[in-house]
Amino acid sequence: MESGLTFNLVPWVVFLPLIGLSINLLFGRKFGESFSGTVASLATGLAFVVSVILAVALANHPEGVTVPLADWITIGSLTVRWAFRVDTLSVVMMLVVSGVGTLIHIYSIGYMHNDVRHNGDEGRYTRFFVFLNLFIAAMMILVSADNFLMMFVGWEGVGLCSYLLIGFWFEKGKNGTGNSEAAKKAFIANRIGDFGLLIAMFLIFVNFGSFEFDAVFSQAAAITADKPGVMLAITLFMLLGVTGKSAQLPLYVWLPDAMAGPTPVSALIHAATMVTAGVYLMTRSAAFYMLVPNAQSVVMWVGAATALFAATIAVAQYDIKKVLAYSTISQLGFMVAAVGMGATVAGMFHLITHAFFKGLLFLAAGSVIQGVERGMHHGDHGTDPQDMRQMGGIRKQMPVTFWVYLIGALALSGIAPLAGFFSKDEILAAAWTSQPGIFIVLALAAFMTAFYMGRQLVMVFFGDARSEAAKGATESKLVVTLPLMILAGLSVLGGLLNLPGLHTLEHWLEHTLGKVEPAHFVWLVAGISLVLALLGLGLGWMIYSRKNEKPFVDPLKKALGPLFTGMENKWWVDELYAAVILNPYKAFAHFMAEPVDLGVIDRIGGGLAAGTRAMAEGLRKLENGYIRTYGLLMLLGLTAILTWLFLH
Amino acid sequence: MIPIAYPLSLAAILFIIGIIGFLLRKNAIVIFMCLELMFNAANLVFITFSNYYQLIDGQVFVVFVMTVAAAEVAVGLALMVAIFRTKHSIDIDQMNSLKG
Repeated sequence: MESGLTFNLVPWVVFLPLIGLSINLLFGRKFGESFSGTVASLATGLAFVVSVILAVALANHPEGVTVPLADWITIGSLTVRWAFRVDTLSVVMMLVVSGVGTLIHIYSIGYMHNDVRHNGDEGRYTRFFVFLNLFIAAMMILVSADNFLMMFVGWEGVGLCSYLLIGFWFEKGKNGTGNSEAAKKAFIANRIGDFGLLIAMFLIFVNFGSFEFDAVFSQAAAITADKPGVMLAITLFMLLGVTGKSAQLPLYVWLPDAMAGPTPVSALIHAATMVTAGVYLMTRSAAFYMLVPNAQSVVMWVGAATALFAATIAVAQYDIKKVLAYSTISQLGFMVAAVGMGATVAGMFHLITHAFFKGLLFLAAGSVIQGVERGMHHGDHGTDPQDMRQMGGIRKQMPVTFWVYLIGALALSGIAPLAGFFSKDEILAAAWTSQPGIFIVLALAAFMTAFYMGRQLVMVFFGDARSEAAKGATESKLVVTLPLMILAGLSVLGGLLNLPGLHTLEHWLEHTLGKVEPAHFVWLVAGISLVLALLGLGLGWMIYSRKNEKPFVDPLKKALGPLFTGMENKWWVDELYAAVILNPYKAFAHFMAEPVDLGVIDRIGGGLAAGTRAMAEGLRKLENGYIRTYGLLMLLGLTAILTWLFLH
Repeated sequence: MIPIAYPLSLAAILFIIGIIGFLLRKNAIVIFMCLELMFNAANLVFITFSNYYQLIDGQVFVVFVMTVAAAEVAVGLALMVAIFRTKHSIDIDQMNSLKG
């Protein structure tokens, strides 16, 4: 009974951020920056505390509970509740979202202080935290939902917040519309994915008669035996939703552009939490995927292809955030591939560690960007503070940022014993034992990951400064660096969550995901991945630490030739989409607008109006204002009526 | 007893004179007088038939018509005075500001 009371706290993980954003909405501007930042951080921090309490309670009752809050929709036999599901999987997600979220909120207090001044609109400070709290609330709805429909509310909510925050400086960017275009692109690409998810949900409702996870998954085996085609359709349409939200091939194109948002947004939404929603959804629906091997192989190949494809692009990017964005896509590919192989625990494990070190890397990149901005002279518009070609040697000016960045980069590259090593290794081991083809692709992607991180480290932190701004860069304040240090600690220790042999996370999640065969620690695989990581980093170091002429020319450009040009231009995927889908669609829209709408539809309406007007023009001639005319007409009319009456 | 055709013919002649006057004249006062002519032509027809059928209804009606006509003239003349004050004319053809 006591734990029942504890579990009833769960709605507060959604309410607390909502309260925080309401306070900021009403009073934030009045009480200033520190008030807004503190309220928002406190709201998220308290949500984290609630999540911890839930986790502790769950340790004693690992079977979990569902806490109903209200009836939502009742139509005929369909009843959808607004109910929160507390189980080991959802609580893990809550901890990650609110934990990393809190650190990013604190970081934003310092970061946005500079950002709003750099961009020249201090009034937007509060708005940022309102959006951030709204995002946390939506994300909490997503992960704590106990049915597909409620989850979809959170799914769309985080998409909305993503749109709002990418377009936070909506009047900035290329041609003054670059940022808003990026926001629209993210929203529309996600819409395509959401269409897939919606179709999957409709199919689930028609065939299962319910949206609730328990009811649906318990029938999954029976339905699969009955209608295998339907299950294949559900899983594949769901995968389309995942490719949208989790930035997989072919819908990943929005994520690199999403870097137009402020850096904490990139860290929170586009690296640590929102983009992992797709992985969460597939883990939650693992019961489906287990039953449809065809869908599983599609999922894992999509993931593996994305992992490698994005990694190749990341190698040739110059924007510090773009490298991390493609790296995120690549790492999400690892997770999706893991879930596709049935290694859901490995996928979730990588999701958690990735949230730590990629959140860290993005925040540290933000610190670097602002350091360079501080180094820029007044009126210096030639320097792009995100361009790695204009950095170099920053480790001397920003030692704290350098060290945490190094930790994050090593964790991402998979150097033992940092977090990324264990989680990535678990995925690679799963591939090794079941899917050799996938293993090769992922190992190649892991090698490139290490390579581009080595390249980035050298370009940003080592060598000589390649611009005045980089020379004048200064270290960030404690409010910015403290969250970085905490995240660095987590990136170091994150591997402890699921150490080989202990399998803490695995035993924790098996209450929800069911008993899965514990991943074996394969020494050979660990050795291969470690060697690949060291090789990648070393190669990056060797190639990029050599003296470089000014202006910076990538040494790989000569060596790889057209291959590098392809990677530099993101394999022209955006151009391909523009040529194949976007431009034909725009041409069609223009056709519908110009000849069809203006030419046909408007003419029908306009013709009717003109006809009525012409008729009225004729009729008003009768009204000439002469009384005798009216008199005569009356006379004639009366005569006519009387004649008619007499004759009948 | 004069034949019924005589007063009816007189009434018809009066009515036609009234109509022609109404349609052709410009002076508002004259148009009023033409209206009165038409009223009285109608009244004459009432009286004639009242006498012919020996019924009192027609005579009652005449009294009503005369009352209403008096009221109408009072309102109409008042309008004429008002129009004359603003336009300095009672030419009916100039009162056409509502034409289409």
